[in-house]
Amino acid sequence: MRELALNILDIAENSLSAGAKNIQIGLKADTQRDEMEIRIADDGCGMDAEMLARVTDPFTTTRTTRKVGMGLPLFRFSAESAGGDFSVKSEKGKGTEVCARYKIGHIDRMPLGDFGGVVLQLITMNPDVDFFVTAEFDGEKGVLDTKEFRAVMDGIPLNAPQVRVFLRDYIQENLVTIYGGRL
Amino acid sequence: MKSLEELRALREKMKSQTDNRSVAGADETVIKVGMATCGIAAGARPVLDALLEEADKRHLHNVSISQTGCIGMCRLEPIVEVFKDGQKYTYVHMTADKARKVMNDHVVNGNPCKEYLISEN
Repeated sequence: MRELALNILDIAENSLSAGAKNIQIGLKADTQRDEMEIRIADDGCGMDAEMLARVTDPFTTTRTTRKVGMGLPLFRFSAESAGGDFSVKSEKGKGTEVCARYKIGHIDRMPLGDFGGVVLQLITMNPDVDFFVTAEFDGEKGVLDTKEFRAVMDGIPLNAPQVRVFLRDYIQENLVTIYGGRL
Repeated sequence: MKSLEELRALREKMKSQTDNRSVAGADETVIKVGMATCGIAAGARPVLDALLEEADKRHLHNVSISQTGCIGMCRLEPIVEVFKDGQKYTYVHMTADKARKVMNDHVVNGNPCKEYLISEN
């Protein structure tokens, strides 16, 4: 993984396989404190305390094809090697929340990468799931809520090509411009 | 700035058009891109983007592109599966350029790109 955005995509995929219907993705940066936070929360099936305790171990996975699962370990590594910290909270039947924090100026902090592209991909590839995405940068805030889009579109799926073009521009203008190339 | 107002206008426009997509049926090509940790790390996102872009550019109405989890051969990622004419083709070690070629040669013109198939790798 060379971009934090790819980690976000990967963790959100976990939420989707946990059967989540609502996924929140939050990006928050504060240059005064040199801190940046990425938070992904879902209302999926969650996990019990025993699973939670060993979930960032690369030799833990729910897959049956093999014994390694690198998603959460890589995300954790990205934060801990960049002067930050990492946490996973989960409750069986309620959902999961993953949070990674970084020192923005740390030399080993990976670039954020194509965050907008990842958000677009998640929405258009999972048109039945609702996403609530926020981007905050030094007090400026942008919000995207697919529930609003769904209410307007009245049955037209969010992955229709014309809607996708709209979403791409919407994400660019409402989320990406907030932090615009500075992360 | 893009607003919900604009989305409303788009909805009205789309509702007044007949949707060619619903006409397409049995001849639909299904394309799946592996998008688990292994796929993402190997570069599956640019591959998916290239496929979508190409389908859009050519107005392909009978192609459905989606993502899937781990296909099971992580060392061959990015993997693209094409289901066409009742057959499954598995393309491995894909890149955006290879994906465009598969779209042109295979999906549109019906000639599988043999050199990228799993059997050749």
